[in-house]
Amino acid sequence: MHLLNTLALIFIVIGLFFMVVGAVGLVRLPDFYTRAHASGKCDTLGVGMMLIGFILYEGVSQVAVKLLLLVIFTYITLPTAIHALVHFARVCGVEPWKKGDARR
Amino acid sequence: MIDIFYASVIVLILTIFLCLYRILVGPGVENRLIAVNTVGTKTIVLLVLVGFILERPIFLDIAIVYAMINFIATLAIAKYLGRGCIC
Repeated sequence: MHLLNTLALIFIVIGLFFMVVGAVGLVRLPDFYTRAHASGKCDTLGVGMMLIGFILYEGVSQVAVKLLLLVIFTYITLPTAIHALVHFARVCGVEPWKKGDARR
Repeated sequence: MIDIFYASVIVLILTIFLCLYRILVGPGVENRLIAVNTVGTKTIVLLVLVGFILERPIFLDIAIVYAMINFIATLAIAKYLGRGCIC
């Protein structure tokens, strides 16, 4: 039981790290496409790792099954939403950032 | 173990404030949309954490429904702005 709690703690801390990195990338990066890159990847991995940590903390129960469903749902739908947003920006003519341009 | 839950809540609220900067400043509608989607994603984890802290498993159902609403809202707004209609 003690080992499982330690493993859950490690997973939760790694997930928090990825969520902070995603938010900082959302503020710091220069362009819409790079911001979509940071937000989509880091948030998907962070949410998955934090929820897997909660599963390890909870053990085998009904709550763990609901959390597993939430992990699967997030892993399918979050990249789909980001992809739809990037496709909308590409259709509306947002130009990608090149080296030497001003930050947008 | 309950202390790390409180610390996680504080860190998540700080990252939500970082995203609020992008919502306020960000040029154009697409930057604001992606920041709103990120805030919704962090809110899912926040709801699960509140459920664990208060020891009420009913918050997990609220988190699942919130994930569905977040996905459908982002997809609908992206399609509406891209094509001019939801179809």
